[in-house]
Amino acid sequence: MKLNGNVPEGDLKTLWEQHKFNMKLVNPANRRKFKAIVVGSGLAGSSAAASLAEMGYNVDCFCIQDSPRRAHSIAAQGGINSSKSYPNDGDSIYRLFYDTVKGGDYRAREANVHRLAEVSGNIINQCVAQGVPFAREYSGYLANRSFGGAQVSRTFYAKGQTGQQLLLGAYSALSRQIKSGQVTMHTRTEMLDLVMVEGKAKGIITRNLHTGSIDRHAADVVLLCTGGYGNVFFLSTNAMGSNVTAAWRAHKRGAYFANPCYTQIHPTCIPVHGENQSKLTLMSESLRNDGRVWVPRKKEDVAAIRKGTKTAKDIADADRYYYLEERYPAFGNLVPRDVASRGAKLECDNGLGVNDTGEAVFLDFSAAIERDGYEAIKARYGNLFDMYQCITADSPYDVPMKIYPAIHYTMGGLWVDYNLMSNLDGLFVLGEANFSDHGANRLGASALMQGLSDGYFVAPYTVSNYLGSNKQETVSTDMPEFEAAENAVKETNQKLLDINGKQSVDDIHKRLGKMMWEYCGMARDKNGLEKLVKDTSELRKEFWSDVSVVGENADLNITLEKAGRVADFLELGELMGRDALAREESCGGHFREESQTEDNEAKRDDENFQHVAAWEFKGVDNEPERHIEELEFKHCIPSQRSYK
Amino acid sequence: MSSNGTLLNLTLKIWRQKSRSEKGYIETHEMKGISTEISFLEMLDTLNDKLERSGKAPVVFDHDCREGICGMCSLFINGQPHGPAKATTTCQLHMREFSDGQTIFIEPWRSAAFPVVRDLRVDRSSFDRIIQSGGYTSIKTGSAPDAHAIPVPKENADLAMDAATCIGCGACVAACKNASASLFTSAKVSQLALLPQGQVERTERALNMVAQMDEEGFGHCTNESECEAACPKEISVENIARMNREYLRASAISRK
Repeated sequence: MKLNGNVPEGDLKTLWEQHKFNMKLVNPANRRKFKAIVVGSGLAGSSAAASLAEMGYNVDCFCIQDSPRRAHSIAAQGGINSSKSYPNDGDSIYRLFYDTVKGGDYRAREANVHRLAEVSGNIINQCVAQGVPFAREYSGYLANRSFGGAQVSRTFYAKGQTGQQLLLGAYSALSRQIKSGQVTMHTRTEMLDLVMVEGKAKGIITRNLHTGSIDRHAADVVLLCTGGYGNVFFLSTNAMGSNVTAAWRAHKRGAYFANPCYTQIHPTCIPVHGENQSKLTLMSESLRNDGRVWVPRKKEDVAAIRKGTKTAKDIADADRYYYLEERYPAFGNLVPRDVASRGAKLECDNGLGVNDTGEAVFLDFSAAIERDGYEAIKARYGNLFDMYQCITADSPYDVPMKIYPAIHYTMGGLWVDYNLMSNLDGLFVLGEANFSDHGANRLGASALMQGLSDGYFVAPYTVSNYLGSNKQETVSTDMPEFEAAENAVKETNQKLLDINGKQSVDDIHKRLGKMMWEYCGMARDKNGLEKLVKDTSELRKEFWSDVSVVGENADLNITLEKAGRVADFLELGELMGRDALAREESCGGHFREESQTEDNEAKRDDENFQHVAAWEFKGVDNEPERHIEELEFKHCIPSQRSYK
Repeated sequence: MSSNGTLLNLTLKIWRQKSRSEKGYIETHEMKGISTEISFLEMLDTLNDKLERSGKAPVVFDHDCREGICGMCSLFINGQPHGPAKATTTCQLHMREFSDGQTIFIEPWRSAAFPVVRDLRVDRSSFDRIIQSGGYTSIKTGSAPDAHAIPVPKENADLAMDAATCIGCGACVAACKNASASLFTSAKVSQLALLPQGQVERTERALNMVAQMDEEGFGHCTNESECEAACPKEISVENIARMNREYLRASAISRK
């Protein structure tokens, strides 16, 4: 089946304006009759809940943390892009649009991305009006920087804490609506199922994470703003609580899951140190502006460094292999994330990794310190250097950092059309939880932009249009659909508690993570992926017969919470394997060994794979069905990437 | 350095409490071979793994991003909020701060306005209610003027940023002998008072946020500065002085 993205006809540059005019409005007196459920309180969730409430809709907002302010959007560091062209350096809506489509390796929908670029200016206005303290010039005007190798300075930032400040801005807007009573906030509450009534999304089933109580919530429309699923890899830069459960349970109720194998691997993370490690920490991409990446050329130097008999300083310049600079002289250390990540993996696979697990390369600032001085480097990266030292006990002023790639962001997610509605009527999906804007590769400073664009400036219009143009039958939580969904949730939880096996939830999650990293990480091939599909399915069976979940159902139970999420990750992992297997091309951060150019660069196959793959759930033990949405590129003409 | 670092043997004295209404007690656990390279929370993960494997309930503690920014983690460690390292959240505290054979006391935040939920987890929703009482500008979505319309002196923007960097963890309350929320509240009052965008609601904001702080049962500030010393983000007590001025000004000019 060919999916339809429901992109309206017309000129791309005026499409969104025209579409907004054509969409139905809901008059203010009628808005109070409608209720929206917003799951998640990150950038997309908080901004959507606040905006819908401000329009007069009744909103129930849910988050798993103790406060909406804790959502993982808060951890984003670098910045947010906007096409304002304040620095007068040639930026425009069209250029931001073009760069984003190209950066996504031509696997995103043009119309969605153009809209993102269009509203990016409003986002900055909105946030400044909220009192978000963006960096300023001495003139009092906003400062901009270039980010991730972009040739224009379009990134707005608030120190290294842009995500935090934007989220706190959205949280403050949400707080105002909570106080007014227009939003009912449900903290420490996890969505465990979606309720469909006569083909429409009409509610959710939740678990109160403090009491264990299972509750029903009905509404006219449901918005999922639940972030990404990078924790399927166990070790990632995601917060520990980030999970796929809400999106996955919606998938099991019929929502298509698009491009699940598209995960972003970030090249500059602190390497894994041991088995007890719970997460990976990302060091800002900006470090590559001044840091030089290298490994020793000679194996004996590698061995000496691992043994501790030599340090980086003992390796003469001629014996250092600055592999990015040598291989990509035009871009050097600033090659895109996927190229930098693969480069590190390649050198480590060749046995040149510089820590005792063999999975680390140097990121060296000694040349920059010599050139610009200690003070200049401290001003630029001081907080990042402190953070690195806090975690590793090494000072990057004295010795090079050790870095290695890690899973950071997921570009796949539930399939949505131009209105951000999934294939299920009344189920909208926003932010990282949907698949739409980043294609196969996400550029720096574009995740924050998408979360806020969807929440402040897209969903409020398209949700109104949906409510205004469809008759909404009254639903109540007494309906049999709610009862059935509640019973299913209770049964699943009880089943987990009754297994009484020998392995812990984390044991299985860690094994899953290793499989995913090995076979569906930076590089994949057919054999590995076939093995992954088989192994994840076996591991899932092992989980359901041998996991141990202590505690009770109707109680605060952190083990049960984790178990439910890992159960879903196991099913998702298998789907990721299938998706990667079917996509026999290299694309963005997804490198398929069989599809590469003569000089080992990623090779796209536009003839056969210029589409979105959206998977339909057919039962846990059945093969899912792959649907396709063809992508048309009328404005950005696909070209092969080259960084030589 | 080896990835295992040095290995420590430790005695943990951990606060266990089934619920708000039940009595709490200290439970002792011997931990062997803890690597100095792991974080404090990873050390607690190890303990929980051990507990779960023997069929016992794991210790409940709050954590999420483990990058020092979400503000979820807490813990009184040997009587210090977030432990012994300066300007460090519990999730960023590493075991190299401890020594072999050490006894470590781990307790929840102590404050009437932060009731215990279970074990080491407390309810910090009082902080949310303080923000709800006025920690925002009432701008409607989509109606904002161009971001360049109002210049902000760099110094003010930087000071506002320093205040805005508060992560709402509650260490300031935990460190204060009066359990005052002044540092937390003043950070938000300051951020908005320093920016032109915050001026219109400045008076109401100061009055409402201070009133809400009192209503939640937080104590008064008596200028001990323990909050600043404990703050993982080094929020300055200068903000409390600013909040007091804002409150005084608001009290003098308010028509209520």
